[in-house]
Amino acid sequence: MANWVLQGLRTGIKTSSYPKRPDSSPGISPGRPSSAELGSRAEVEGLVQRCPTGAILAQNGGVAVEHGRCVHCMRCSQTNEGAAAPWDQNYEWAADAPDIPAVVSRLEREFGRSLHIRFLDAGACSACVSEARQLNNPYYNMHRLGFFMTPTPRNADVLLVSGPVSDAMRLPLRKTYDAMPEPKRVLAIGACAISGGVFGPSFAAAGGVSEALPVDVMVPGCPPPPLAILHGLLVLVGRKPAAKLVSLPSDKVIGQS
Amino acid sequence: MVMLEQAVEHRPEGESFFDLCRRTLDRRVLVSQAAEARICRLSCSPRELPEIWQWLTRYLDFSFATLVVDEIADGRWSFSYLFYRESSPWVYLEFPLEAPHAVVPSVVGLHKGPAADWHEREVEDLFGVTFEAHPRLGEFILHEDWPEGVNPMRRSFDARHPPVHRDPDPSWQPPTVVEAVGAFAMPIGPVFSDFAESAHFLLETVGEDVIRTIPRLFYKYRGVEKIAERQPVDRALLLAERFSGTSAFAHGLAFCQAVENISGVEVPPRARALRSLFAELERLRHHTAVITGICNSTALAIATSQAALIEEELLRLTCEVAGHRYLFGLVRPGGLYRDLSEQMQERLEKALDGIAARLDQLHASLRYSSSFLDRLEEVGIISTERARSYGLVGPIARASGVPSDLRKLFPYAAYESVDFEVPTAEEGDGYARLRVFFFEAQQSVFTVQAILSALPPGAISAAGFTVRPGAALGAVEAPQGAAFHWLRIGDDGTVARYRTTSPAFTNWHGFHLAAENFAFQDFPIILASFGLSNAECDR
Repeated sequence: MANWVLQGLRTGIKTSSYPKRPDSSPGISPGRPSSAELGSRAEVEGLVQRCPTGAILAQNGGVAVEHGRCVHCMRCSQTNEGAAAPWDQNYEWAADAPDIPAVVSRLEREFGRSLHIRFLDAGACSACVSEARQLNNPYYNMHRLGFFMTPTPRNADVLLVSGPVSDAMRLPLRKTYDAMPEPKRVLAIGACAISGGVFGPSFAAAGGVSEALPVDVMVPGCPPPPLAILHGLLVLVGRKPAAKLVSLPSDKVIGQS
Repeated sequence: MVMLEQAVEHRPEGESFFDLCRRTLDRRVLVSQAAEARICRLSCSPRELPEIWQWLTRYLDFSFATLVVDEIADGRWSFSYLFYRESSPWVYLEFPLEAPHAVVPSVVGLHKGPAADWHEREVEDLFGVTFEAHPRLGEFILHEDWPEGVNPMRRSFDARHPPVHRDPDPSWQPPTVVEAVGAFAMPIGPVFSDFAESAHFLLETVGEDVIRTIPRLFYKYRGVEKIAERQPVDRALLLAERFSGTSAFAHGLAFCQAVENISGVEVPPRARALRSLFAELERLRHHTAVITGICNSTALAIATSQAALIEEELLRLTCEVAGHRYLFGLVRPGGLYRDLSEQMQERLEKALDGIAARLDQLHASLRYSSSFLDRLEEVGIISTERARSYGLVGPIARASGVPSDLRKLFPYAAYESVDFEVPTAEEGDGYARLRVFFFEAQQSVFTVQAILSALPPGAISAAGFTVRPGAALGAVEAPQGAAFHWLRIGDDGTVARYRTTSPAFTNWHGFHLAAENFAFQDFPIILASFGLSNAECDR
C-alpha cells in the first residue's frame, strides 16, 4: 500500500509567492519582446522585417510591440540575424481590451475572493489549455486566491476563452455566454483569442473572441504562462493593475528586464 | 487476387521490392523508383485501387500512412495513398482523377481498410469527391450548419472567405443505433467543466451501462491545411508548430523534414542530435501530462499533484534550456534556431536525473494503489487485431501489442546512433497504456542523456539553404505516434499543398473501440488513458 499522505507531506510547500511577492523562478515565463528606442534605422527595420505576424512596428525612432499579435516565434530574439529585440522577462501581461474603460471591465470587490470560472476552448492549439490547466497544480494553485472552476455556466462569473473562435465553436461560445448570469466578464487568453493569431480570420475561424463577444480583459502570449493568466484574473477583480496591450518606445518596461 | 497472393508466396530469394512489384503488377501498373529507391511509385487507375490495397496490406503487411489529395488544376486531382513497412521502400499508390466523374472506390471494407475510413470522409467533406460504397459519408469535419456543395479545400475556394452558414435543420437528430427499452443518448460536451479541449461525445446508455460512444470532433477545425496554401515556407512553419501546441516540436520537425527532403539539404550532425534531444524532451513532458490526466481521472489527488509538479518542472526546464515552455520557435528548415549552451547541457543533465527518479517513484506507488489499479485494469480494451485493422499508432497501439515506431522504422534526426527501447504491452487496457506512457517517459530521459553525453560540435543550421519547388513527405514519431506531413512547394516558393496526418487523427478514429460496453463512471478514465489532443486531430 502506497502511503500517499506521507509522500504529499514530504514534498512540502511548492506554491508560488505571486501575487504577494513577484516570483522570479527560472522558466516560469518565456518572456516577450518589448518596445525600445533603438540606435539605428537599420536595426529597427531588421526587427520589423523579421516579425512574421506584424507585431513589431517602427515608431518614433524605435520599435513598438503589439502584444496581441505576437505568437512567440522567438525570431526577434535570435542574434545571428541582426539585433535582438529587447526582452521583457515579466509575466504581468493582462491588459484591458481596447475601448473598454477599466471601470466597466472590473468586477465588484465582493468577487475578489470567490470568483467562479467557466473555461471554453474555442479552437486553441491546446498549449493555452495546458497552461490554464497548470493553474490547478501545486505551484500556482489558484484556489488559494479564491478562484474556482464551475461545472455550469449558470454559476459562472468569468468566461475564460482561448482560441480564435473556430466556426463550429461560435454557437457553443454564444450559448455559454448567454447562460451566464449578470454581472459577467470575459477573459480572452492567448494571441489567437485576441487577434486570431496565425489562424484567423479565415473561412474556418474568426479573428479573435471580441468578434463574437464583448471581451473585458485580454492576456497576450503564445501561450500566456500560468502566472499571466492568473494576473488576468487578478486584474478582473481589481486586485492588480493592468498592463498595456501595445508597448510604445517611450514606455518603461515593468518588472525586471 | 489469387495471382497476386501467389506472387508473394513464390518469391525468388533476393528479389527486391521493385522487382516484385514489376513482376506482379507490371502489365497494369506503372512501377517507378524515386528518391534513391526509398520510394516505390505505383501508378494505376482508380478501378485497380481495391485490389492493390488488398495486396499491399494483407499479403505484404504494409501499413497505411495517409491519403494525399492534391488539386493540380481546377477539377483535376492527383490521389496518393502512402504505405510503409519495416525494411522496405515507401509505396506511393497514385492515380489522377477528373471532376465530372469524380468517384473513387472506397477501401473501408477491405483488410486494414478502417485505417482509411476517416481519410475518405475528410476528402469527401473538404474536396467533394465521392467514395463508392463507403458506409458513412456526409457531415464530418464541417458541421451541420455548413452548406452542402461548398468544399473549402478546392482551389476555387478562397481561404480568406468568411465562414458560410445555412439555417440549422430543426428536425436534425443525432444518429443513434441502439434500440432497447430504456435506452437513451447522453450528450457530453463540447464545453466541459474543467480545463479541457472542445469535443462532443454521445453516450448511448441503458441505465449505468454505456453501449457505445460516438465521438463528434472537429469543433476546433481551423483549416490549417487550407490557410497554409500560398504562404511562404517560414510562415507556414508557424502553422505547423501551432496547430497542436502540446506536440509543437514534433510537428514543426516533420514540416521541416518535408522541406529538407524537397530541397535535398543535409542537416548538420549537431542539429540532428539536438532535434532528437528536444523531441524527447517534448515526449517526456507530454507523457507526464497524460499521466497527470490519468491520475486526475481516478480522483487520486496526491498522485495528481505529484505528477503535475513534475509536469510543471519539465515545462520550466524546457523554458530554461530552449527559451519556450512548449518548444515554439526552435526548429527551422535546415537545422535549428537555437543552440544548447554547455551550461544548459549541465542543467538539463542534472535536472533529468531527479525527474527520472521521481517518475519511477510515482510509478511504483501507483502500482501498489489497488483502488487506482481497479479503475484502470480491463477498462477501455483495444485488441491487437483491432489496433492493426484501424492502423492505430504510437503509445496507444504499442499498449495493444503493435510495436510500430517511426524512430526505429525510418530513423531520422539522430535516432540511428542512439540506443533506446520501444516498450510495448499486450493487454490493450487503460493500465497497459499507463505503463507504456511511464516506460516511454523513462526511455526519453535515457535518450536525452545519451545524446548529451555525445553531443557533436559544429553548426546548428545548414549554410546556404534555399527553398526549391517540389513535393515530399516528412515523417516523425510525435509523442502520440506517427505524424505525416506531406508538402508540395510551388514554383514561386510558397506552399501549394500541405497535408498533415496527425497521430491524434488516427487514434481518435479508434477511440470508440475502447468505449463500448462499459460502466458510465469509467468514461473519463478511458478518455484520459488515451491522452489525445483534439487540436492535433482537428487541425
